[in-house]
Amino acid sequence: MKLKKLIALIVAVSMLLFVFAGCAKKEMPPSEGTTQQQAEKPKKVKVGLVFDVGGRGDLSFNDSAYAGLERAEKEFGDRIEVKYLEPSAGGENREQLLRLLAEDGYDLIFGVGFMFTDHIRKVAQEFPDTKFGLIDGYIEDLNENSNVVCLQFKEEEGSFLVGSAAALKSKTGKIGFVGGMKIPLIEKFEAGYMAGAKYINPDIEIISDYIGTTGDAFKDPVKGKELALKQFKSGADIVYHASGASGIGVIEAAAAQKKFAIGVDSDQSLTAKEDQRPYILTSMLKRVDVAVYSTIKDFIEGNYKGGYKVFGLAEDGVGYAVNQYNKDLISDIIPKLDEIKEKIVKGEIKVPADKSEYEEFLKGLKK
Amino acid sequence: MDFIVELIASSLRMTVPILLTGIGAVYTERAGVVNIGLEGMMIVGSFWGALGSFYFGPYVGFLMGMSAGMALALIHAVASVTFRVNQIVSGVALNILAFGSSRFLSQVFFKMATTSPHVKGLRPVKIPVLGDTSPIIVLAFILVPFTAFILEKTVFGLRLKSVGENPLAADTLGVNVFKFKYAGVLLSGLLAGLAGTYLSLEHTGMYVEGMTQGKGFIALAAMIFGNWTPYGTMWASLLFGFAESLSFRVVESNVIPYQFIKMIPYLLTLAVLAGVVRKSTPPAADGIPYEREMH
Repeated sequence: MKLKKLIALIVAVSMLLFVFAGCAKKEMPPSEGTTQQQAEKPKKVKVGLVFDVGGRGDLSFNDSAYAGLERAEKEFGDRIEVKYLEPSAGGENREQLLRLLAEDGYDLIFGVGFMFTDHIRKVAQEFPDTKFGLIDGYIEDLNENSNVVCLQFKEEEGSFLVGSAAALKSKTGKIGFVGGMKIPLIEKFEAGYMAGAKYINPDIEIISDYIGTTGDAFKDPVKGKELALKQFKSGADIVYHASGASGIGVIEAAAAQKKFAIGVDSDQSLTAKEDQRPYILTSMLKRVDVAVYSTIKDFIEGNYKGGYKVFGLAEDGVGYAVNQYNKDLISDIIPKLDEIKEKIVKGEIKVPADKSEYEEFLKGLKK
Repeated sequence: MDFIVELIASSLRMTVPILLTGIGAVYTERAGVVNIGLEGMMIVGSFWGALGSFYFGPYVGFLMGMSAGMALALIHAVASVTFRVNQIVSGVALNILAFGSSRFLSQVFFKMATTSPHVKGLRPVKIPVLGDTSPIIVLAFILVPFTAFILEKTVFGLRLKSVGENPLAADTLGVNVFKFKYAGVLLSGLLAGLAGTYLSLEHTGMYVEGMTQGKGFIALAAMIFGNWTPYGTMWASLLFGFAESLSFRVVESNVIPYQFIKMIPYLLTLAVLAGVVRKSTPPAADGIPYEREMH
């Protein structure tokens, strides 16, 4: 019995020691970090980035952001130090990770994805000397002197182009759309895509599905595949997805059915499996990499400005992919797409960004 | 006609991971051990399966996925059978361990925390009407009568059940209670690992973190719903799979809001559960750790 008590005591004491050790450790790094930072600050800019659900390797949205980070790293070499973090699966610790980077003295921090909106709003207030870049999100009342810049895209314009491409290439007169989470951001893709298709062929039928109503919808390739298979089976021959890592399932379905998928965000022909490449018609490019890279560049050159930056067709912030795998597939429609692109840039075509604008657009077409 | 065939094929694909794990749950619960860690065993199955297939091809992938599930099950068995830890606590801990270790190892091996590169699956088999089908789907449905046979007709199965019903009596008759409990738990890990590997190798050809989407828990529900029997579990799994694939096919309209469509599987389940009033009879000693009394 005595022995047991002794052991219990030893365990309790050692646990207590661990707790104190933990505290001590926690206190150490910041002081270390600040001295380091003071010493290095003149030359090194520290850039941090927190990914969205799906994370690096989603072959889509997050990988595009990573490409921008990589490009900056290559170009500015030892003038910058980069670090990227991934939130937990449910994304509960987004704010924690942002704060972690800010506390570690990172000068410029990106939140990749609209889900970061509230978190960046909060953390940016707590760390007024740190600059933030928010991709896809919108925070009200920002100006040039704010420490947040919202990097937004006109996804509907890029989607309009791939919608036109789908309508030009469809043989069945039926095309599909698979969205990730049902939110206004993804509905922008849908509205642009449908408008682009109807612009080419007013009689075209568009089947549209969403995977879910939570962030999980961006990493559920099982459902992505099932929905795409359903659309192919009901007659669609081209399916466009805007669903992050779930889109892996959509491309898988297209290859299995020998029909076409249209990728999103990154050029997905380049990252697909060898035998899937012939079944990717093109990809809607959302140049998150350009947004990340140009913000880092501005920061290093001392031109960082808070507020809003919008990347559309005119800024080459969105577009469609042409590569060695799909060149032969779409070479015949490229002139037509370029013509449409010009019209959008000039403002002759007003691309709808939501359901009600889409209805308006359809009425305009009929006239 | 096409629509119906496609609905059936899709239902089967959605059913299989639930069914495999559900049969696993039958084995472990019949031996009297509650295994809430099945979800975690599916997760490690999906990860290790992808890892094995990436380096050595799909067969090794399946072996590794199943072994990983079993390894996790072994921890559960050691904790809850040998050391009589609360079975729920042990299961929950395993789920967390599975999740964290998969992310960590994915970072180590694939240099990406949440996804693997593309991996190869098994060659599909041709089945009349349905066409190309994954062999695992066929295997899952063969396992149902096989499990029923094992549990009803073999010495192993009968002893396994006796351990879950009345371990003291079984022990008195010379049945090695611990051995059978271990066997039940390990089998459940093996099947859950197989189900996870099916998801990553056969369904999407890639591991994505969280791709199990709670199917391990649904499998537990299917097993309870199926009254701890293999056939019952099959019907329950089919219901879940069918409801899910049906929800893909109900088109959004102004009448039905989108969120309601996504509720269909759950509503259907509730309706059936409420409609089928049947006495559920779990094994009498389910979830109770067995301790040999020393006098």
